[in-house]
Amino acid sequence: MARRKRLLALALAAPLVLLGCSTENSGGEGETTAAAPSGGGGTADGDLQFAVVTHGSAGDAFWDVVQKGAKAAGDDLGVGVDYQSDGDPQRQSQLIEAAVNQGVDGIVVSMANPDALQDSLAAARAAKIPVVTINSGADRSAEFGAIGHVGQDETIAGQGAGQRLARDGRKNVLCVVHEAGNIGLEQRCAGASQGLGADVRLLQVDINDLQGAQATITSQLQADPSVDAVLTLNSAVAPIAAAAASDAGSQAEIATFDLNGDVIAAIKAGTVAFAVDQQQYEQGYLPIVMLKLYAQNLNTVGGGQPVLTGPGIVDSSNVEAIGDLASAGTR
Amino acid sequence: MLVKPELGSLIGAVVILAFFSAQSSVFRSLSGIANWLDVASTLGIMAVAVALLMIGGHFDLSAGVLTGTTALTVGIVAVRFDQNIWVAIAAAGVLALAIGALNGWLVTRTGLPSFIITLATFLMLQGLNLGLTKLFTGTVQVRGIAEAPGYHSAELVLASTFSVFGQQFRIAIVWWLLATAVATWVLLRTRFGNWVFATGGDEVASRNVGVPAARTTIRLFMTTAAAAWLVGSITAVRLTSVQANTGTGQELIYIVAAVIGGCLLTGGFGSAIGAALGALVFGMTQQGIVYLRWDADWFYFFLGAMLLLAVLSNRAVRRYAEAARR
Repeated sequence: MARRKRLLALALAAPLVLLGCSTENSGGEGETTAAAPSGGGGTADGDLQFAVVTHGSAGDAFWDVVQKGAKAAGDDLGVGVDYQSDGDPQRQSQLIEAAVNQGVDGIVVSMANPDALQDSLAAARAAKIPVVTINSGADRSAEFGAIGHVGQDETIAGQGAGQRLARDGRKNVLCVVHEAGNIGLEQRCAGASQGLGADVRLLQVDINDLQGAQATITSQLQADPSVDAVLTLNSAVAPIAAAAASDAGSQAEIATFDLNGDVIAAIKAGTVAFAVDQQQYEQGYLPIVMLKLYAQNLNTVGGGQPVLTGPGIVDSSNVEAIGDLASAGTR
Repeated sequence: MLVKPELGSLIGAVVILAFFSAQSSVFRSLSGIANWLDVASTLGIMAVAVALLMIGGHFDLSAGVLTGTTALTVGIVAVRFDQNIWVAIAAAGVLALAIGALNGWLVTRTGLPSFIITLATFLMLQGLNLGLTKLFTGTVQVRGIAEAPGYHSAELVLASTFSVFGQQFRIAIVWWLLATAVATWVLLRTRFGNWVFATGGDEVASRNVGVPAARTTIRLFMTTAAAAWLVGSITAVRLTSVQANTGTGQELIYIVAAVIGGCLLTGGFGSAIGAALGALVFGMTQQGIVYLRWDADWFYFFLGAMLLLAVLSNRAVRRYAEAARR
């Protein structure tokens, strides 16, 4: 009986506890949340509130840097920035619609799957909310009425990696795709083929199972000793690939897209040759600047052409300087 | 009255509605309501079918990825084979029902837990979704569904909006209400509904009194497959492009919604309305967190807390009811 009462009390008290959480939360976030205008509507001199909606999954180190960039820009410019993300295109479009409903002054959106976001971006346009696209979807950005695009052209970045591998004398390259359903990754591999001047072989692994990924790469390298380079598309996969190469006794050169602390250390140690850095911090920071300039001065950047943040190559020549920044979480 | 399985989820839904409405004016605005109903709708269609299956004593872990399979089939048949979109949707339907029947047949034939059988189907479908999509399109997305002949009529039926008080609502909400109504009617008013409760309650005993338990189980698996077909078709037509990983991971959310709605994990008890309310709780929570501008990093924590509270209050209500009945 007493136990039952406790349970009921728990159920009834729950909203109150959550209420406590929410006030605590807004207190912790300080000015950004407090400065949020309730109505919005694009007033040039009022407090501006921008929403960033990406397709990154929660806890992904890459998108964490984008989020940091956006938040830093918000703090530097004195505007509110709210970050949301979901890898499922339909969920992402619903998050965009939520931002439109909130009447924010601008929306930053990554377009991994542009078709799926078409309706919600049309809703943003109908509500006269300016949109900046980031990361992927450069080719559809202007068509969807975005005022600009900030990102890395995946194909161009892939070409950069392919050219570098060709210069290193590599011929038989394995391109490790870590996320099924992400068109940008396929474009990187296609670009690498162009840059290399030979077709790269695609290998599918799962980013959520790095141990399994290592085993898959190891067996590929054992099965085909002629593979002389492994190109990974995510910084978390690069150290795995390096370990797989050493397991398999392979001399293959390891190269990767994107940076993290492990990749920096591996470049310093020489187990990873180079990383193609797309400087995603800028993909968080620059759109906030663009939206603020647009809100206050109707400025646009790029004139329909994407603003490219990459590729920047990080190798033994510049790894020391960038290493410190990466450990601060901004590279 | 108190033993109604959906009562707990009804209380949960009201509490969550009141909480978020009090906190956010956007949440309670018409556009906000349209937004969270949209989230709840496709989830709800699946949750209702999954609830029927759970009442019948089984799980379907392949239900999430099957929505992806049907959506991809619609896309590939329409785009790669240049078919009318209705032909593509029909083909996806035949495929879905066949997969559902196979699931049910394997479960009844082998006597293995449906958990294991559908886990196998789940993995196989995940592989097929990726492998076949790449085989047919050379990439991991099917695009251009909007150009298929017949698209506009399909859009009207599956992906259009309707206006209430000047606010556009997604038509998927209507499908969700329809699915809930039909499932409730079947469960409570038909002989098949009785069979479902009987099979889930005690399969051996139900067979002894002449319930065709195997046939009922197979039909239930075909029902979840049919729901996955509807949701997959809605997704394909609405988004006009489909990713190979669509739906993966959603199967657990369906089961969660059904559990919030009062379905017992052991079968024999539960309701379709409860599952629909469970989906509503989910939709409101997901978007409510966004409207309150809570830090998105904590999203799953809040979702988990909501789930736990819903289930606990559910159980408390049921125990209270059972104690009162004695």
